[in-house]
Amino acid sequence: MREALEGSLAIARAVAMAKPDVVAAYPITPQTHIVENLSKLVAEGDLHTEFVSVESEFSAASVVLGAAATGARAYTATASQGVLLMSEVLFNIAGLRIPLVMTVANRAVGAPLSIWNDQSDAMAVRDAGWIHLHCASNQEAVDTTIQAFRIAEATELPVMVCMDGFVLTHTMEVIDMPGQAQVDAFLPPFAFSRALDSADPRTVGTLVDPGWFAEMRHSHHAAMGRALGVIEKVDADFAKLTGRASGGLLTVTGDPDARVGILAMGSVVGTLEAGLADFGTEAGTARLIKLRAFRPFPARALREAVAGLDTLIVIDRAISPGLGGIVGSEVSAVLQSMTAAPRVLNYALGLGGRDIPESVYPALIAAAANPLAPRFAVFDADLDKLMPEDR
Amino acid sequence: MRAIDTSLPPQRPATKTAEFKPSLLLKEDHHLCAGCGEPVAIRLILEVIEELELTQNNVCILGHGCYGSFIMLMDVDSTLCLHGRAPAVATGMKRMRPGVAIWTLQGDGDMTSEGLAEIMQTAARGEDVTCFMLNNGVFGDTGGQMTASSVIGQRTKNTIEGRDAGYHGNPIQLAEILSQMPGAGYVARGSVHNAASINATRKMIRKAFQRPMDGHGLALMEILTMCPTGWFVPPGEGAEYMMESLGKVYGLGELKDAGAASDDDSDD
Repeated sequence: MREALEGSLAIARAVAMAKPDVVAAYPITPQTHIVENLSKLVAEGDLHTEFVSVESEFSAASVVLGAAATGARAYTATASQGVLLMSEVLFNIAGLRIPLVMTVANRAVGAPLSIWNDQSDAMAVRDAGWIHLHCASNQEAVDTTIQAFRIAEATELPVMVCMDGFVLTHTMEVIDMPGQAQVDAFLPPFAFSRALDSADPRTVGTLVDPGWFAEMRHSHHAAMGRALGVIEKVDADFAKLTGRASGGLLTVTGDPDARVGILAMGSVVGTLEAGLADFGTEAGTARLIKLRAFRPFPARALREAVAGLDTLIVIDRAISPGLGGIVGSEVSAVLQSMTAAPRVLNYALGLGGRDIPESVYPALIAAAANPLAPRFAVFDADLDKLMPEDR
Repeated sequence: MRAIDTSLPPQRPATKTAEFKPSLLLKEDHHLCAGCGEPVAIRLILEVIEELELTQNNVCILGHGCYGSFIMLMDVDSTLCLHGRAPAVATGMKRMRPGVAIWTLQGDGDMTSEGLAEIMQTAARGEDVTCFMLNNGVFGDTGGQMTASSVIGQRTKNTIEGRDAGYHGNPIQLAEILSQMPGAGYVARGSVHNAASINATRKMIRKAFQRPMDGHGLALMEILTMCPTGWFVPPGEGAEYMMESLGKVYGLGELKDAGAASDDDSDD
């Protein structure tokens, strides 16, 4: 049913339709509304779940770990500093191959303190071993949330559903909410093969000596590789059921014949699509690549998506000081094996909630036309605000 | 003398004739909600710092909460640290600057929820720092959710039917716990709900700075502050609501004073 909903409320309803056994979370802006709405659904009797209000994100992640280890369907949500406080547990969850779902309402990481959107939080834990799916709209976030439970349970890997804080979480959008019957058909009850069972005792997680650690990591990496196919299949199955796909691993839109491509993750994709529509005729068209799966990283699909491009601009919503962009660096790395790889320009945009206007589109196209354009830049930084030595 | 008839409107509107604020407060105005108790508590702290002649000899470490907006309004050396970690940061500063009054400004969410380990361990080590907890029983800055200090029956954004001991657990009475710890030299709980409580709290704040400076260990100064927005009550009813809810659980007064014997406080 199509409804005008705030992103956070829509996510709470999507989570409720997945019927989680346990929800544990700690309030943090801009994730708060998701958890508030879930607690409201519990209070109103519309969601039967153990809702645990814990004292920190560190405990929230630990509670869902414990619950999921018993075979429960578990969910949590956080953002920014919460992701980082959880980070030790996030590695633990993934290393133990515990399937659960977490929404990250992407927000900058301090210091300096910022409550506004960028993707520094998810990037900081990119190596924790979680599947990372980035959503460009609230519709995608709703659909991806439901898909995430199936992906997690099929791969025995935790899934992080990333949606831009405020830009998506606090924005009203007309969303086609799936029906409960559809979700029930799509998402069968969770049966965890390695669930703790006192009738058949087993150990989940123990000291691993050097004779086994490398194999555990290899196995985790291999499972991530297999997850590429699972993500695509689950999205295709969801599309069969609802008529809507969420973008598989990545999607290519815009002008397929353009010589300039722009790759981005999250809500900025919508801005670029609008920019292409409004400025494309005058400034020149571009191929737009919406990267949905950041982990596992879809190297092969990406090489196919960029074939024929002269220049690929990669947008980063975070920065790795001393390196530059993170998505940009990874894209550059996987394009190395191409015989005719495009030149990669990597620009950080919208850090700490800096507004990204549609007019960024012609500016990016102009950079692509400039042979002397810098390989990396904080594209929208106002250099006049900086100390001379930092310009 | 003829009594003023307060039922009539004033003959001329009230006018502001002078500023009255401690020197460490850069502006009289704040942008917190109407009826908030935090500006009153912070003002008291700054007044006491001035009285104790610590204006050039103190550092404030702020946690995360509405009070954080005062970082730009206080003429005080300050650091905004991570949520809940202020007592640990204060420890590092105090060890390097033993002669400086190091104080933390935290809320109940910051101190009893996220940062419980830090305040307990800092008290266990007996660090000579002053820790303020502005207790309103909610995460005000995040929009009014339950903290570890929310009282039974309290309605918050995530305890819509009221905090239930069986489902949400019981409130943590941190001051009572710390008063049992040898490393905490001064533990008191004040309030800012009326003039008498403000005066009493002011005296406690004075000792909360003096005791750690005299080497008696950590001081925990809890101050009950009104949060009408987070309690879903009109601003004018915050004080009454507070004493009917938090006030019933969190008794006011000094819980411990290791320096009472050597008290030369001439303020009384």
